[in-house]
Amino acid sequence: MEGLERFVREHPFFAGLEEGFLGLVCGCARNVVFQAGDYLFHEGAPADQFYLLRHGRVGLEITVPGRSAVTFQTLVAGEIVGVSWLFPPYRWTYDARALELTRAIALDAACLRGKCEQDHDLGYDLMKRFVPVVVERLHATRMQILDVYGTST
Amino acid sequence: MIPRKARVRRRWSETPGVFTLDLALDDGQANPFAFAPGQFNMLTVFGVGEVAISISGDPSDTKSLLHTIRDVGAVTHALDGLEAGAVLGLRGPFGAGWPLDEARGRDVVIVAGGLGLAPLRPALHGLIGQRERFGSIELLYGARSPDDILFERELEGWRHRLDLNVEVTVDHAPATWRGHVGVVTTLIARAGFDAPDTIAFVCGPEVMMRFAIKALEDAGVEREAIYLSMERNMKCAVGLCGHCQFGPAFICRDGPVLRYDRLRDLLALKEF
Repeated sequence: MEGLERFVREHPFFAGLEEGFLGLVCGCARNVVFQAGDYLFHEGAPADQFYLLRHGRVGLEITVPGRSAVTFQTLVAGEIVGVSWLFPPYRWTYDARALELTRAIALDAACLRGKCEQDHDLGYDLMKRFVPVVVERLHATRMQILDVYGTST
Repeated sequence: MIPRKARVRRRWSETPGVFTLDLALDDGQANPFAFAPGQFNMLTVFGVGEVAISISGDPSDTKSLLHTIRDVGAVTHALDGLEAGAVLGLRGPFGAGWPLDEARGRDVVIVAGGLGLAPLRPALHGLIGQRERFGSIELLYGARSPDDILFERELEGWRHRLDLNVEVTVDHAPATWRGHVGVVTTLIARAGFDAPDTIAFVCGPEVMMRFAIKALEDAGVEREAIYLSMERNMKCAVGLCGHCQFGPAFICRDGPVLRYDRLRDLLALKEF
């Protein structure tokens, strides 16, 4: 548990987390390892965890009918995988695949949602951490949709 | 204002729709051609027109004069059709380039998007040529897809150097691609420069540059330390005709490389 606490405390996503919250978060956490090619989750499956990446790289993919999978984002150590666990219907909207040996902390979504319901201060702290990630990814998606490197620009 | 006579020495394709011309001056005047990283030339296809093109080669290489061009209009399309030995007109070099002197002793982060890598390549050659004068050097490059990565072989060579950090990302890729996927701005937060002592050179589509500036400022880089290469409709190239006027600046004469704090208010205006 001590090692797990250290990993969570040192992960950039949880930088500055209050000690009291740290214990609550770590109560929902466990270490996981994925080999290259392993899927963290698949589109449509229940979003029952999210991941703090400690080492390695993960590709987020969407399968387009009639084409092979398209990778639209890669994430590396220090970043998080998964925000769908926060909002109903709690389903993944893409696949996540380890591109190399990947070590992560998996956080149980139902456990964390329950603790956030009981302790709104924890919930508010988590939201303040997640919203910038969501906004940043929204901006990135907007840039990708604009296709700024296309020949028309 | 009168173009010098130049000849195409070699032409090759870089990526779909993008090609490079290696030119040689053919008018008996001073040769080799001296330029500063970030400067541009006006290239003329006789009977078609003239267009501003950044110089994309190594400033210390006196044996080549490279221009990397996207085929997007009548003149660039005509340039694309030129074969080795073809004659064209050349005026230049023009404009203010990347401030390599100001980068001395500091970390340097280069953020390039798409064809924006072409005008930054001479700067990178310049930095590497006097490597001991700078702190860390980061090249962060974003392209549309793996097929659209410019200067791929050279990027691989730079990536193998121990004194450069080169990161390449693409906006989208097939699952077989092993590199980064995501917009180039995501690389800024992951980079290892010392923000308060960093100078940033940025070139790419204007939307991309706006996002890059925000990411650089979020990382702590001073706005006075961010330089952009601007693209506008250059005609005379000497600040007379006003076609490329951008607020108080003429991009052809005062730029194309300009400090961000001079442009900040103008970048947000639609009419510019």
